Amino acid sequence: MSDLVSELLAGKHRALARVISKIEDRSPGYREIVSELHRHTGDADVIGVTGSPGAGKSTLVDKVAAAYRDRGETVGVIAIDPSSPFTGGAVLGDRIRMASNAGDMDVFFRSMSARGSLGGLSTATTDAVTALDAFGKDKVIIETVGAGQNEIDIVRTADTVAVLVPPDSGDDVQMLKAGILEIADVFAVNKADLDGADRTVQQLTEMLHYGNRRGTDRAADGDGGDDADRWEPPVIETVANGGEGVGAFVTAIDDHLAHLDESGRRETKQRSRYAAAIRTLLREDANELLVDELAARGGVDQYVDDVLARDADPYTVTEEILAPLRECLAARRER
Amino acid sequence: MSADQQTEASVRCLVAKVGLDGHDRGAHVISRAFRDAGFEVIYSGLHRAPEEVVQAAVQEDVDVLGISILSGAHKTLVPEILDGLKEYDAFDDTLVLVGGIVPDDDEDELRGLGVAEIFGPGASMDEMIDYVREHAPDRDR
Repeated sequence: MSDLVSELLAGKHRALARVISKIEDRSPGYREIVSELHRHTGDADVIGVTGSPGAGKSTLVDKVAAAYRDRGETVGVIAIDPSSPFTGGAVLGDRIRMASNAGDMDVFFRSMSARGSLGGLSTATTDAVTALDAFGKDKVIIETVGAGQNEIDIVRTADTVAVLVPPDSGDDVQMLKAGILEIADVFAVNKADLDGADRTVQQLTEMLHYGNRRGTDRAADGDGGDDADRWEPPVIETVANGGEGVGAFVTAIDDHLAHLDESGRRETKQRSRYAAAIRTLLREDANELLVDELAARGGVDQYVDDVLARDADPYTVTEEILAPLRECLAARRER
Repeated sequence: MSADQQTEASVRCLVAKVGLDGHDRGAHVISRAFRDAGFEVIYSGLHRAPEEVVQAAVQEDVDVLGISILSGAHKTLVPEILDGLKEYDAFDDTLVLVGGIVPDDDEDELRGLGVAEIFGPGASMDEMIDYVREHAPDRDR
């Protein structure tokens, strides 16, 4: 076992921080570390929190973390902010809101930037959750702006997904749009002291009652969802900066986690989470393998020349490069 | 691992305001400049206690800690932060910079404690960015 892993398991904060850096940078050896850590995981509840910029995610996460600390639970937070597509630089500002847990090392707060590699962020996030879980955190919260498919892929791996909706976020047609609302297990209408909050709550509630909710649970699990197993996402009003509604929000998350256990859905979720992790890794690694292969064959340019000159086409080129791999796999397949 | 698969390991910086000092224009400007230089910047927000800065520096595993102080309390606050970093084994491989109003006499004292460089009024952004690029610890990432 590497020193870093044993130090992390022994509860050294520096080792945990360093492991997450290695995961983010994908520096040599990070895979072995994550592999070793995996067997020490499985005890943490993973909670995803998402919503539009300025919805109050960081502030609410801060209050929720404080509530867990009051119950004696330890908390890990991964806050993901965008990075510049031009320079790769980023200003990660979620930490500013972590006022309730200042100086409390048992809340491990880590900012991550979306470094713009396709699929890489979700792998890095999953691995960082592994590190926090192995470290012994009771609750791990992933906080991210719900802007695109990438972010949704990240939070949907959580046990419980909370979506924050600010008041007056458009008319009810916005609520019908596909995407972010479907993944929610719990809704929070934050800044509920502002005008329009009641209407937003009402619109959300109505939308949830429009017939069958075909959320991720049912679609991903493939079961018809009999009524006993059905989870109706509650809509909670919160004013995160004043702490109002935070208790109800925490209770709603607790209820959902309990529901997962009672309905046996937690295991189903875990299965689909690990299946997704395996598929993502396979995709990334296979891609890398092929990038190397392309480089070894002299790069993509010569093939582009052939395609431009109409001597070849993209399909033929792809087949030429892939065929040896396919044959090799077929020959060595054991089953 | 192919090189174009992932951007190179980015320099991570914590820009920290510590103590009772409400002047954050400089910290904002520096955060922005660091961002545009391609660094990942974590900004602490105003009025942080030394132990909060330590907590952030350790958890975020930053390469560079830039402390902005304009209140004159650097002789009290900076040593507390440095001691905290030592407590968590983070002192040796964190580049600690101080920005703000520091009298010449105090500069040597801060350097003696382990502050790598002090940037006063008039220091240029390019100078700071170059300094960070050159001196950010190589951590075998």
